[in-house]
Amino acid sequence: MFSGFMVNTWIAATMVAVIAGVVGFFVVVRGSAFAAHAIPHGSFGGAAGAVLIGANTILGLGIFAVGGALGIGWLSRRGRHDVATALALVLMLGLGALFLSFSVEYAAAVYSLLFGEVLGVPADDLLPMAGLGLACILAIAFLYRPLLLTSITPEVAEARGVRPGRIETGFLLVVALAATMTVPVVGVLLMFSLMIGPAATARSFTSSPLWAIALSVAIALAIVWFGIAIAYITNYPVGFFVGTLGAVAYGCGRGWSAWRRTRTVALAA
Amino acid sequence: MSQVLNALFAPGFFASGPVRAAVVVGAVVALVTGAVGVFTVIRSQAFAGHALGEVGSAGGSLAFLSGTNPLWGYMGIAVIAAGLMEVLGVHRPRARDVATGLVLGAGLGFAAVFLYLDTTSSSTTGVTVTILFGSLFAISQPMLPSIVVLSAITLVVIASCYRMLLLSSLSPELAAVRGVPVRAVALAYLVIMAVAVSLAAETIGTILATALLVGPPATALRLTKRPGGAMVVAGLVGVAAVWIGIVLAYDSFYWPPVDHGWPVSFFVVATVLVLYLGAGAVAALRRAGHDRRVGPLPAMGESGCEPHVAADAA
Amino acid sequence: MTDPRPAATVDDAILSVDGVSVRLAGREVLHDVRFRVRPGEFTGLIGPNGAGKTTLFRVILGLQAASAGSVLVGGRPLNRRNPIIGYVPQKVFFDPDMPLRARDVVGLGLDGHRLGIPLRWGGRREAVDRMLEAVDARHFADARVGNLSGGEQQRVLIAHALISRPRLLLLDEPLANLDIRAEGEVVALLARIAREQRIAVLISAHDVNPLLPVMDRLVYVAAGRTASGTTAEVIRAEVLSALYGQHVDVLRVHGRILVVSGAEGASGVTLEETGSAGPRPDAVALG
Repeated sequence: MFSGFMVNTWIAATMVAVIAGVVGFFVVVRGSAFAAHAIPHGSFGGAAGAVLIGANTILGLGIFAVGGALGIGWLSRRGRHDVATALALVLMLGLGALFLSFSVEYAAAVYSLLFGEVLGVPADDLLPMAGLGLACILAIAFLYRPLLLTSITPEVAEARGVRPGRIETGFLLVVALAATMTVPVVGVLLMFSLMIGPAATARSFTSSPLWAIALSVAIALAIVWFGIAIAYITNYPVGFFVGTLGAVAYGCGRGWSAWRRTRTVALAA
Repeated sequence: MSQVLNALFAPGFFASGPVRAAVVVGAVVALVTGAVGVFTVIRSQAFAGHALGEVGSAGGSLAFLSGTNPLWGYMGIAVIAAGLMEVLGVHRPRARDVATGLVLGAGLGFAAVFLYLDTTSSSTTGVTVTILFGSLFAISQPMLPSIVVLSAITLVVIASCYRMLLLSSLSPELAAVRGVPVRAVALAYLVIMAVAVSLAAETIGTILATALLVGPPATALRLTKRPGGAMVVAGLVGVAAVWIGIVLAYDSFYWPPVDHGWPVSFFVVATVLVLYLGAGAVAALRRAGHDRRVGPLPAMGESGCEPHVAADAA
Repeated sequence: MTDPRPAATVDDAILSVDGVSVRLAGREVLHDVRFRVRPGEFTGLIGPNGAGKTTLFRVILGLQAASAGSVLVGGRPLNRRNPIIGYVPQKVFFDPDMPLRARDVVGLGLDGHRLGIPLRWGGRREAVDRMLEAVDARHFADARVGNLSGGEQQRVLIAHALISRPRLLLLDEPLANLDIRAEGEVVALLARIAREQRIAVLISAHDVNPLLPVMDRLVYVAAGRTASGTTAEVIRAEVLSALYGQHVDVLRVHGRILVVSGAEGASGVTLEETGSAGPRPDAVALG
């Protein structure tokens, strides 16, 4: 499990978990779960397009992801946010269906792109992944304070010269970057549950934002490592374990909060 | 005249069996999802609607594996997922979307497993694509009656709890005060959405299920403020989009690359988007005209808050 | 209604609103609003719901364009980022799931608009602690902000607005969802801070009574128009009747004020009642 090509997978998986944990914290805090799902999901259409013209699939993914983020931002200014996200998503997927229909050989690759492929990380991809990952972390660090401020009091943020719309678009672009980077390992569809599960769980255990981010990363790492190990042994798709473990972790978090609440009530009584 | 018809409708359009089925089923599904979708937009539950469609695909693939009718598998799983979402979620939009995301993630995980087992047990590689994207021209004739019946039932259910649904969507507190069982209504609505989305996803694919659940209703809400009217308009817009998509898809068999045809999903989505943006332009023009005509109001406080739908934000 | 005192000149007013009118969606929501706020003055912006108080705040903050008139803050015209104004918005809802402590929210008041991560420079934590102390929030500084009571959250928001040392504090209906005790605490807190730190306070409310003990002046908003002055000058039947465009009665009972719609056909009456309970007026209170 730890030999040769698997080393690449472990390294890639670690990077994925760190990014997902950090970006996911803000996805959950801002309630951007739909966008976090739509951007990776829709970006798959870009991969199909790239295959069609013989370009790098990651590039196609990236272009569609960024396009999706910008599209959601643009449509949001003219209508409801979730309507905007849904329409951007279906447009990207519609284009994906179009590209797919032109290239017959792509169907088999679709599965691994959607659900993740444990053995599919070439060494050449690691450095670009690291670069994108670093860019994500830096972008989040850069936007950290305005992201928090616009999450709790957008009016005050506005009054102090911050533009919530711009911050939101910037954040979605970071999500797009994260999506592009994590697809080879966990797959398009399940990347987002790595962003949501650990961060949603972490909130139940701490109220400090920085500790919540750290915990979110830790939980994401645990889930991904465990998932890859089991996927390697059983040959079942990684995405299955990531999705279900994320939900389980969240359940534990909720259970813990509920238990804490009954304890404080009992103490107060 | 016949030349125009020939240009618009490629030869054999009206004679083709699959096309006829597609036209009928597409219309029925569009009407149902349009009506249901109006509330989806009002309640900001587009994510839940989309998620139910995708989770349903897990059920669909499970049914495929076990050889039963995919429609029931789809609907069963979607309804279960709806229940889970309601149990997990609280009624704050952010927490609700997190719960939706988790259910979706877990559901897709299961879908992954079922598809994996499916592709290894029988060598159907196109299954993934079909389940996720669907093919309107491949509807099996025996399914038609069940689809129509289920659609009718869904519409009847929505019509019967229309007022409760409307009130609890616009103001849960007010509804609770009036004795509406808000949580039960919320659960019921998720189930209704699950059924409608399953019907759509099974026949026309998950992409179009989401597109028709959100696009035409949002379009309708930009054109009219009255929810009842919006449900009708949404249905009609959806039908128009589907039919235009079918015509273009059929015609595209004669476009490059020849004999291949472009997918229906693409055309329908494109049409839905164009109609949505068009309605936005119309609404903007209306607002501009209204502003020019109305002058300063006489001295009295701001008008009271009627529970009208926030149409200009749809 | 003109202010009989010598008009505050532009130089000594911290906030100067001159002839401001605002149109929203084709309707004139505010018409010819004029008032001044001096440094350290405690001013109430009183009016019924929907009268345009929040709109006026948005104009002062530079978030809403006025169709006429001008606003000067600290003697200077409006700017997008006005550091001398602290703002406590209406109805801030803190999600109980949000992992932010009270001290985090206050800290964001200091530098939340700047890019980057808050570096732990020595003074920051002390500044936050001092602010929490000032609003008597030290004992729940590390609690999750979404779990605090309405009054406690209000204090956190006030600290958030004050930490950047504004010279004018704007609060939009801060008393709206508080119980009577919390109401009194917040008002006393604001009055104390305004006095100690020479901060001008402009606080909007639909009920003038909680503010009576601490207000220096008030601006009454109704039907898009305003009247400003002291309580005695403004809360009079003639003045308010003119604003509302209908008959309005003002009742004072044991130092409290009740503004009610007047009886049909009668002209407005200002009633002072200090004795024991007399006949109760059959009327509908406005706002």
